[in-house]
Amino acid sequence: MRLNMMLALLVAALFAASLLVGKAWVPLDAWWSGDPRWAIVTQLRVPRALLGLLLGAALGLSGAVLQGWLRNPLADPGVLGVSSAAALGAVAALVLGVGSQWGVFAAAMAAAVGAMALLAALTWRAESPAAFVLAGTVLASLAAALTAFLISIAPNPYVVAEVIEWLMGALTDRGPDDLLHAAPFMLGGAALLLATGRSLDALTLGRDAARSLGVDLRRLQALVILGTGLSVGAGVAVTGVVGFVGLVVPHLLRPLVGARPSALLVPSALGGAALVLGADSLCRLVPGTGEVRLGVAMAMIGAPFFLALLLGERGRSWG
Amino acid sequence: MGLSAEGLTVALGSRTVLRDVSADFATGRVTVVLGANGAGKSTLLRAVAALVRVADGRVALDGSDVAAMPARARAQAIGYLPQDSAVHWNMGVRDVVALGRLPHGDDASGAIAAALAATRTQELADRSVRDLSGGERARVLLARVLAGEPRWLLADEPLASLDLLHQLETLALLRGAAAGRMGVVVVLHDLTHAAAIADEVLLLKDGQVLAHGPAETVMTPAYLASAYGVRVEMLVRSDGRRVIVPSGLA
Repeated sequence: MRLNMMLALLVAALFAASLLVGKAWVPLDAWWSGDPRWAIVTQLRVPRALLGLLLGAALGLSGAVLQGWLRNPLADPGVLGVSSAAALGAVAALVLGVGSQWGVFAAAMAAAVGAMALLAALTWRAESPAAFVLAGTVLASLAAALTAFLISIAPNPYVVAEVIEWLMGALTDRGPDDLLHAAPFMLGGAALLLATGRSLDALTLGRDAARSLGVDLRRLQALVILGTGLSVGAGVAVTGVVGFVGLVVPHLLRPLVGARPSALLVPSALGGAALVLGADSLCRLVPGTGEVRLGVAMAMIGAPFFLALLLGERGRSWG
Repeated sequence: MGLSAEGLTVALGSRTVLRDVSADFATGRVTVVLGANGAGKSTLLRAVAALVRVADGRVALDGSDVAAMPARARAQAIGYLPQDSAVHWNMGVRDVVALGRLPHGDDASGAIAAALAATRTQELADRSVRDLSGGERARVLLARVLAGEPRWLLADEPLASLDLLHQLETLALLRGAAAGRMGVVVVLHDLTHAAAIADEVLLLKDGQVLAHGPAETVMTPAYLASAYGVRVEMLVRSDGRRVIVPSGLA
């Protein structure tokens, strides 16, 4: 509980910072005095910060749920192929010229949900988590191949540039409409994921023991797939692919909250939100007119960090 | 009323593992399931706990089919201790034992404390499962089942990783559970332990019931030779307890 409070405070602080910083610094006194910079805050930064908050929470939460469900600390939303499928949908919309914001979102969302339905159908009788990882990997590879194919048939270089920019993942210039499209799906998906807690705890003892405790593994599977599909799919549909959050955040928090999967869910959501808000603010502080892409920044922060974490663990277990 | 297998046939893949198995289990009694490797002992326990699909027949609990019961009601009535003692995350011992309360949807501290006490794991309660020895973890997992206060306890080789002292303690615990009106069905390998604890023995061979009844009538050299393919020597001690040792191939 105390950890949740501290994480919530951290999220609140980073949320406020996210409203203040950027290419134009909007000091607090400009918020009340009818300063024109106020429009930057309301039209750009509030929706952006809210999206960052939701995206981070969805990624952190789904990472924690998937790690618990697959009983593997290396799982993240990527293993189900949701992100790749949503990206495929968005790229298809861009290449085929359905370039409106709503069109891209709807296509990405439809692809994410379609991929999850396919995954559920492929693994309906599956007894082992390995089947999910395999099917998810196949889906992700297929989606990546189709995405590459679509880029190769793009009508002109501008579309290619647009696609590549989108794929890199960013919260740049996302407005209130993006938020309105994505938020209901992300919140709905998160609610489904939060309902998995006790079942994940029981799964710690293995499938048979969990079932003997009254856990319905079919229902759990449906919750995990649908919850991840909706929350991460909607996130990717508006922001592009942002990796590492779902992998690193639960991993970081596990030593603090203990290994019980249900205890990790809310802290991971808060931690993910804090990480994305913080990283997105840093992205905007880079000198020059451009911004570093959030997806790129996350990988650049995340990969060395994760490496350090693994090396540290190795030191502990060998020492 | 009670728990019974009625003409159970179970196929795993293309192999028929249980064939027309019928047996009544009684509350307040310990039924030991015996048989060679692959005879279907674990599958029988899993079928009784409604964990495998039954091709034919059914398991009846107080007259109703366990496969058709609501999962929660079934979980409240039947506690199942699998052979596999893996705990995938390094959870605290108390948290693991508290999982036994899941079918009841509460954290009844009385039941948890009683389960810890019965398995002599109170002093482990604040440790993590990965820090325990194999035997300690086995006792903690048994405490998890007891914490659910089931009316039926199905235990698959609960002695497998225990040392001699804890084997005897666990046998006494199962005996005590039966004395407390719980029905106990337990798979064992050690025939002397089986003879010491069993009210009834269900002897399986190749997925079928070879013999079922009071321990003295089932645990005979002839039946055991047929089930295991070994000759056994039976020593009856002055207090009536039997010690059974293999003496050669049948």
